[in-house]
Amino acid sequence: MADARSDILARIREALTVKAPKPHFKAEATAGQPVKVAKPWLPDGGETLDASLLILAEQLAKLKAVLIRVPDEAAAGQAVADLARAKAWKQVAYHGAPLVRPVAAALPCASWEADASFEKQKLEGCDASITSCESIVAQLGSILVSSASSGGRALSILPHVHVVVARVDQVVPDLATALAQLQAEHGAQMPSMLSFITGPSRTGDIERILVLGAHGPKELYLVLVG
Amino acid sequence: MSDAKQIFIKDATLNAADGDQRAFIRKALGGYYVNRDLQKARYRDWERARDAASLAKWTAVNDLANQLEKFTANFERNGGIVHWARDSAEARAIILKIAADVNAKAIVKSKCMTSEEIHLNDALEKAGYGVVESDLGEFIQQLRGEPPYHFVFPCMHVKREAISELFTKHLGTAPTDSPEELTMIARRHLRQLYVDADIGITGANFLVAETGQISITENEGNARLTAALPRIHIALSGIEKVVNRLDDLAVLLPMLATAGAGQPMTCYNTLYAGPRKPGECDGPEQFHLVLLDNARTRLLADPEQRDALHCIRCGACLNVCPIFKNIGGLAYGTTYQGPIGSVITPHLRGLKQWNHLSSASSLCGACTDACPVRIDLHHHLLHNRRNAMKQSPSLFDRVFHAGFGFVMKRPALFALGGKVFLATLPLLKKLPLPYMSAWLKTRDLPVAPPKSFRDQWKDSAHG
Ligand code: SF4
Repeated sequence: MADARSDILARIREALTVKAPKPHFKAEATAGQPVKVAKPWLPDGGETLDASLLILAEQLAKLKAVLIRVPDEAAAGQAVADLARAKAWKQVAYHGAPLVRPVAAALPCASWEADASFEKQKLEGCDASITSCESIVAQLGSILVSSASSGGRALSILPHVHVVVARVDQVVPDLATALAQLQAEHGAQMPSMLSFITGPSRTGDIERILVLGAHGPKELYLVLVG
Repeated sequence: MSDAKQIFIKDATLNAADGDQRAFIRKALGGYYVNRDLQKARYRDWERARDAASLAKWTAVNDLANQLEKFTANFERNGGIVHWARDSAEARAIILKIAADVNAKAIVKSKCMTSEEIHLNDALEKAGYGVVESDLGEFIQQLRGEPPYHFVFPCMHVKREAISELFTKHLGTAPTDSPEELTMIARRHLRQLYVDADIGITGANFLVAETGQISITENEGNARLTAALPRIHIALSGIEKVVNRLDDLAVLLPMLATAGAGQPMTCYNTLYAGPRKPGECDGPEQFHLVLLDNARTRLLADPEQRDALHCIRCGACLNVCPIFKNIGGLAYGTTYQGPIGSVITPHLRGLKQWNHLSSASSLCGACTDACPVRIDLHHHLLHNRRNAMKQSPSLFDRVFHAGFGFVMKRPALFALGGKVFLATLPLLKKLPLPYMSAWLKTRDLPVAPPKSFRDQWKDSAHG
């Protein structure tokens, strides 16, 4: 008996000998690269950085994520420290990125760098995490984190609050741009995890009523520097 | 009549008579319609975006063998391990073997309809593993011992009081009627399970051929935790989930969220390329992917309905379907409910047993209009009806259609037939005629006009 792989591939090739009709398009989409033609049909992400920032602010507000604009790194540290005091955080884990370290240093509570291997249990007990990110998609209000930019897989999902510190120039207009940037930067060596985070964790599973903080963070803060 | 059909008719009849439940489902979907329309309005051209989404899937599915080869080569290059399964039994055996090889005890799962399709939980539990569903809706359904009601909103039919009772019984928590508090109970309960589990099982929404990544869409963060904390990650996916290029996702991810749940983007859209890499601080040691055929190639071999494999499982067609809203998801008796389930189940499980679902439709076409990848759903229901008729017509069908054709080709006979029909109309209600009596059980016959249209036409000025 042939192995499952060759069996299945043979079945597929056999099935595809009969051609399916091309989908009837209203537009002459270019085969192979639908996204190139689709761009002007998708939601707007802004033509200029200022336009993108306006759209981003609006999207984040609707998603119940909190946007904090600050002029410089010192102000970012201040803003996160204020947050820590207001929410009475005791333990914060962070990713040792250049943008994050000074912010963590300004914290009024205990904090530790989660970049080396760590106890899952210890991370579970944290009140908040602070990470950097790859990029921010204005069009959808999505923050792209990766195992490289955010200290692995768990740091940006397990603690109850997630704070992302980013520079304004990390904002890109749309998802297509964010994906193209990823490919340009990482090529065939993608980080093992990349995640578009669009607002705090949520569920509507009980009577379709929105509840934040299903399993991931209940609160999401984006601190934009510059 | 097939067993499946008998059960379907019984359940559907019961549910359709439950006005309370129907009102509850309609209310639960109310917010969805509003949000979906708000999000759709942000698209500068939704209809053309659907063309692009449809083309992305068309291109991949019609080149499936090559794209799968490309995908698996890249997936392996990323350090993942690929397994191929011709059917459910093979898929279950593969997963059981991995579990035995790594000496697993506890398994945590995030939502994966393909695992429902192969009845994975049963097999794992019988083999002695503890298996916990971590998606809130799936968790509730697992405690209820019931399959999902809707493949995107698994427990949308369950009222909060029932969930509170369920939690009190199984988790020993105090009763509450707050959805928020109920969600937090599940959150607290499940967090420790991710930390303790050896294996995390997830589904996959897209397999990206170009990069060898798998893409998982979810709102709660449970899939991310499932793929982050346990030391082994197993993903289970149908072979049709391939897209050729990473940037196809720039169209598909937002449209999936908007069409299915009225969101701009689902909360977490995550791409995985292999297990933990050198230099990364966490993540699983092994990343397995089980690719499942399970009769998908049978559907692929039907060029007319091949586009049903473009489905991105957004759930939009269920949300707008008048039949789904009236009979509920459980009555279908299928893994995939609603219009898409009615289209593909006869291919996956056999037309003879499941053709009745082709008639569980008002042919209103709401599903086809809602589908972000433009699957011709309601026409496929008609195609299935036609195919069933060709494959094994019932005696009634044969006699009826032969008779109908005979009469329709003969105007005089038709006119006579019309007169007889009009005259005997009141009697028809009393006779146990196939189809007719079922139809008339819940409907009143209209009062027949004294004259047929043809006679009226003849008598009028035109005649
Ligand atoms: S058939 Fe279309 S509308 Fe239905 S679930 Fe699939 S993609 Fe969504």
